[in-house]
Amino acid sequence: MASQSTTVLELRDIVKEFPGVRALDGVRFDVCRGEVHALCGENGAGKSTLMKIISGLYPHGSYAGDLLVDGAVRKFSGIKESQAAGVAIVFQELSLVRELSVAENIFLGREPSTFGVIDWDDVQQKTSALLRDLGFNISPSARVGDLGIGQQQMVEIAKALALNAHILILDEPTSALSDTEIEVFLGMIRTLKQRGVACVLITHKLNEVFAVSDRITVFRDGKSVVSYLAKDVNEHRVIADMVGRELKDLYPRIEKTIHGPILEVQNLTVPHPTIPGRDLLHDVSFAVRKGEILGIAGLMGSGRTEILMSVFGALHGKRKGSIKLEGETLNFASPQDAINRGLALVSEDRKRLGLVLEDSVSRNISLASLAKLTRFGVLDDDGEMKIAKDFVKDLRIKTPGIEAQVKNLSGGNQQKVVLAKWMLTKPKVLFLDEPTRGIDVGARAEIYRIVGEMARDGVAVVMVSSELPEVLGLSDRVLVMCGGRVTGEFSRDEATQEQIMAAATRFSH
Amino acid sequence: MELVTKLKQSWRTLTMLFALVLIWIIFQYVTDGAFLESRNLSNLFRQMTVTGVLAMGMVLIIVAGHIDLSVGSVVCFLGVTLAMLMQKGYAPASALLVTLGVGLLISLVQGWLTAYQKVPAFIVTLAGMMVFRGLSMGVTAGVTIPLEDSWIKSFGSAYVPTTVGSAIAGVALLFMVVTRLRRRSSALQHGVATSSPLMTALGLLLMAAVIAGFTVTMNRYEGVPVPVLVMLALMVLFNFIATKTVFGRHVYAVGGSVEAAHLSGVNVRRVVLGNFLLMGLLTTVAAMILTARVESAQPDAGQLLELDAVASCVIGGTSLMGGKGTIAGALLGALVMESLNNGMSLANMEAFWQYIVKGLVLVVAVWLDVASQKAR
Repeated sequence: MASQSTTVLELRDIVKEFPGVRALDGVRFDVCRGEVHALCGENGAGKSTLMKIISGLYPHGSYAGDLLVDGAVRKFSGIKESQAAGVAIVFQELSLVRELSVAENIFLGREPSTFGVIDWDDVQQKTSALLRDLGFNISPSARVGDLGIGQQQMVEIAKALALNAHILILDEPTSALSDTEIEVFLGMIRTLKQRGVACVLITHKLNEVFAVSDRITVFRDGKSVVSYLAKDVNEHRVIADMVGRELKDLYPRIEKTIHGPILEVQNLTVPHPTIPGRDLLHDVSFAVRKGEILGIAGLMGSGRTEILMSVFGALHGKRKGSIKLEGETLNFASPQDAINRGLALVSEDRKRLGLVLEDSVSRNISLASLAKLTRFGVLDDDGEMKIAKDFVKDLRIKTPGIEAQVKNLSGGNQQKVVLAKWMLTKPKVLFLDEPTRGIDVGARAEIYRIVGEMARDGVAVVMVSSELPEVLGLSDRVLVMCGGRVTGEFSRDEATQEQIMAAATRFSH
Repeated sequence: MELVTKLKQSWRTLTMLFALVLIWIIFQYVTDGAFLESRNLSNLFRQMTVTGVLAMGMVLIIVAGHIDLSVGSVVCFLGVTLAMLMQKGYAPASALLVTLGVGLLISLVQGWLTAYQKVPAFIVTLAGMMVFRGLSMGVTAGVTIPLEDSWIKSFGSAYVPTTVGSAIAGVALLFMVVTRLRRRSSALQHGVATSSPLMTALGLLLMAAVIAGFTVTMNRYEGVPVPVLVMLALMVLFNFIATKTVFGRHVYAVGGSVEAAHLSGVNVRRVVLGNFLLMGLLTTVAAMILTARVESAQPDAGQLLELDAVASCVIGGTSLMGGKGTIAGALLGALVMESLNNGMSLANMEAFWQYIVKGLVLVVAVWLDVASQKAR
């Protein structure tokens, strides 16, 4: 195809400065018709800033350099203008209205209407056609809030594509998708590519990059460091370019001894809150030992998160079965109860459930341990600040200071703040739910090291993760969930990706 | 350099102080110098006490993401309770205790409905606003109840003897210097960033100037009004609760993110209930001051007080989205509101102007706030 090499989007020497920081420093980037160009880099490397410039969120004039669409210099002053030029962008954070239906969301802001009266039949019909076209099995009339995160992401993508965009920018599109959903998603990208859509893919998942990309550009510290054709390089090379050094061991090998069981869960059954006769968790039993890292693998909706939330007392509704901590039968009725007994939970949704975003680093770190930081009922401010300083140093949290708001930190550093919060409570059992979601490879290695060291120091760790390499790399033992049941258990030596996937799809009904 | 960053950090407080000074200068000019006379300032501070006391509780409730619209009616109802009990021959102390009990009970019910039954605070307290207005009107049969003579009346209009006032100011100043210096040395010892000696000295000097200026001005008239002293004491207490206790920290965490606070072991429901109970204490104090000042309980007393309290908080930088707001800011907001009331009355402007101007100031304050946040 001759048109393959037509450049549809080009960025020339983009410089974007924030007070005190040069976020983009002379970036060059382009993407051609029918091409998938992956953008890789650690968090904070400048990828998201670049996306905001392309989409017009950072208007023309707030940056230096040229932005060209279809060969012409464009000066977008808002997202509407970039959309009109054929640029569609799907952000990492979902921007859907939960209370509205799929169709209503997709046509939000541009409902087909006659004199202000919406033609709902038209909306429904166009949405069905669009979803069918994309191969998404979602009902146009379903309420978005009732869909899983994976399906919501698909609606978001459909919404972007409904604008007939010829340039599609995807920022971490698969971070919440299950493996099957990812396969569907990658297939969709290939289809779009054949239709001539130019695609910019930002993701930390290098296997996806290599599955669909033609070209790869690596960003580091606000610069476009290197570009190559995907077929010329391998993952190792890309990672090395991203971190600027050779990353030898992503998963630390830490010498440790595993002691006896500390947390034992027996016959845990949690009924579904709204669907009678269905269980979120069905007869789940497992134990985790002092110093052990127990990985829990499974597809989305397999009950992985629910195990952690239920034991932690954070899931409302009835619960059957017994939980023993150090041999004592306990009933964790609330997170407060669980924390007081020595449990800790790093939740899946860091921004919503893990942190008070508007608060400072130090206040977030102390949040779960305030009672210990008081003398005669009075908070010890200095002690609190000292602890925060120590954690910032020990965990290498990159922040302007302990008084900085956590919302301004990168994902990896936010996660370290969450870990610091729980380390301060001196937990016996640490629950991790998707501990490295949306976190770049450098910070990932550090988080693995922190978790590994906690296990070495005698903490029992239970880690839920969608990333099989992570489960295999870090766990001493792997539990596999499917449909709310435990369908497999493997030791570190015998576990393979294939076995885990087989167990994860072993539906019993 | 340090001064600049400091100024930037407290931008919000500074603009508010600036606005206050500006308002004072304008009124001083318009009233031919009557506004800043010590007599009027004494009056002004006395007038702001009811709103000020309520605003302190309102801040905490708003920070936790709720609101209390019932305080005006509840203050009225508690005033009626107090006056009627004393009319029935209760000793002042026991009448006050019973009133406090009623105040706490009201807030317990409203807090329980909000925190444990998940009825939105807006609805619960809107209902409370109607119910307690109705009860006040019913119990009094629409008639004003005079307040019996007792020491309670001194909470309305009495003054602290000038020597005692000066002594309290001296102790407060000393206390402030000592705590500030101790905090500084302990911060230095722990290797925590703190302000330079110069900045510390400047800050302390400024504080000293404010306290001394205030006390001297009040003493030049009759002394510090008793209700003002009560308000200042409550300010110290509530500021302590908000910044130095686990409860206070939990309030801010709940307001910042309910889910994150819950999963970090914060008992969210207890925090919300606690907020309402503190409000129960403050409505009792406000009812006592108001009833003592007008020397009677009237069935239509305290109308729109809840909105004055909310407006004070908002002018003082409290976010209705929750998570942000300070006790001192709310009091400063109350002072701005009362300055407008007082100054316009003094300038013989008709009452309707007060509503219009207060409304405009409220919306401009928040507008500036939003605009400045966007700019940064």
